[in-house]
Amino acid sequence: MGKTIAEKILSKKSGQDAYANDLVVATVDFRMGQDGTSPLAIRSFEDMGGERVSNPETSAFVIDHSAPSPLEGVSALHKLMREFARKYKMILYDVGEGVCHQLMPEKGHVGPGSLVIGADSHTCTYGALNAFATGVGSTDLAAALISGKMWFKVPETVKFICHGRLPFGVYSKDLILYLIGQVTADGATYKAAEYTGEAIQALSVDARFTISNMAIEMGAKAGLMEADEKVWEWVRRHGNGSFEQVTSDPDARYAQVLEYDVSSLEPQVAKPHRVDNVSPIGEVAGTPIQQAVLGTCTNGRLEDLRIAASILKGRKVHPGVRFIVAPASRRVFLDAMEEGIIQELVRAGAAVVTPGCGPCVGTHNGIPSDGENVISTANRNFKGRMANNKAFIYLASPATVAASALAGVISDPREFLPKEVS
Amino acid sequence: MELRGRTHKFGDDVNTDYIISGKYKFKTLDMKELAKHVMEDLDPEFAKKVQPGDFVVAGRNFGCGSSREQAPLALLNAGVSAVLASSFARIFYRNAINTGLAVVECDTSGIESGDELLVDLEKGLLRNLTREKEIAIKPIPPFMLKVLADGGLVAHFRKYGTFNLG
Repeated sequence: MGKTIAEKILSKKSGQDAYANDLVVATVDFRMGQDGTSPLAIRSFEDMGGERVSNPETSAFVIDHSAPSPLEGVSALHKLMREFARKYKMILYDVGEGVCHQLMPEKGHVGPGSLVIGADSHTCTYGALNAFATGVGSTDLAAALISGKMWFKVPETVKFICHGRLPFGVYSKDLILYLIGQVTADGATYKAAEYTGEAIQALSVDARFTISNMAIEMGAKAGLMEADEKVWEWVRRHGNGSFEQVTSDPDARYAQVLEYDVSSLEPQVAKPHRVDNVSPIGEVAGTPIQQAVLGTCTNGRLEDLRIAASILKGRKVHPGVRFIVAPASRRVFLDAMEEGIIQELVRAGAAVVTPGCGPCVGTHNGIPSDGENVISTANRNFKGRMANNKAFIYLASPATVAASALAGVISDPREFLPKEVS
Repeated sequence: MELRGRTHKFGDDVNTDYIISGKYKFKTLDMKELAKHVMEDLDPEFAKKVQPGDFVVAGRNFGCGSSREQAPLALLNAGVSAVLASSFARIFYRNAINTGLAVVECDTSGIESGDELLVDLEKGLLRNLTREKEIAIKPIPPFMLKVLADGGLVAHFRKYGTFNLG
């Protein structure tokens, strides 16, 4: 019987001929923890009697969730991570390097066919590079640091086939919000998602990361794509690791196959307080906003900043809006400066903060006040997500966020984008 | 492993931000401190009301959202001994087993706040003592039951030094 991408990667890494619902113990290619989860992993490591990290050269800690530290308590946890990484010779990405999910692919740590665990739910992001990458908790990370292995229940797979091409002003963020709205927040729980079809193939790798990143928002364990020439070109540009791509067999068994034609999709917005509470832009246009956030592991990449700058160039953000920009990594920050993008955004009124997660997870860098509306390129809009349970978060594409920052109300980006040259 | 407790009922899609908000969890490793804020955005009185051994009961997709292990740990440290839901988000489910918090997948529609329940995970039994009803539960895979019986993955590793699926 044929296999899905998930079944193939987990078979290969466990040495077992595994199919959906089998339990396997597999060798993990890379392990990652961030500053919200690593301190607990360190505690579990010590409680387990850990004496060494089995593969320190393929294990990393990233300080990104509260970076730089806004509080004494956080500083102590960061210090704990630095000391542990030094002691066990692990890789450490410290304050300012960027968001873990940008760094793992960017630094060449993951590629086609890799098996990766990260103590962060958005680890599924690297599925865009054909890696089986999944989020785990701190104790799982500790076990993987000690043993180099992890146990997995091989997931069934839901296949999403996206036909057609996204129209002008509509992006991969709009597509994934739409899909989440269709299948809901637990539509793929316990399962892997495979995203395919010509609409996916037409996307850049940057844009594909946005889709895989949000697989967890439909409950999925992984958000997998096949590796094409664009992926290989991207991987070669970001490192020299050796990888082996994995494709699904034509006779693989899927839990569900869902097909969509995306050629007439409109910009989408997820409304408070659920990611699957999605509607086309028309239904929310005109809603006043007080803060706009561009960045995060979902949409803080060069292409995202470039799209926002194309709307904001030579214009000024609405005086009633705080516009916060967090590039996904130092490299993205530098590349965006090279292109003049950061300058355009700052001239338009952006407050640029350190590459990291702060404005999305409510640790610092833009906590909204009671009753305020925020439009953000992030992946979660739960009540209290940005550290105020009386604020309202709308999720949208970088273009929609930029257009809304200009107008002071949620706005259709198609009215602001420079017209397509055809 | 027999557990007996009184229930506190919540709805569908209780996410990890509701269980313990990011504004607290990034600051400390003191789980007793986090336990004071557990479920705060859904019920500000919950941390005061909950008694040792109590159960949290919910609908679909309990624990969706982040991978924070502080979510099951905050519940455990508040005294909660089991979570019963009609379905769980997978990272939460794993984290609960790994930290020794019992998770029970079952139809929770007939359970109300204040009901007293008796759970035996090894035997696969759930009884609503208040309503005198048996409720069917979805079995936990044997390996996970073993980790839970060991008291979590830390204790499992201390015992075996690695994963012991056998």
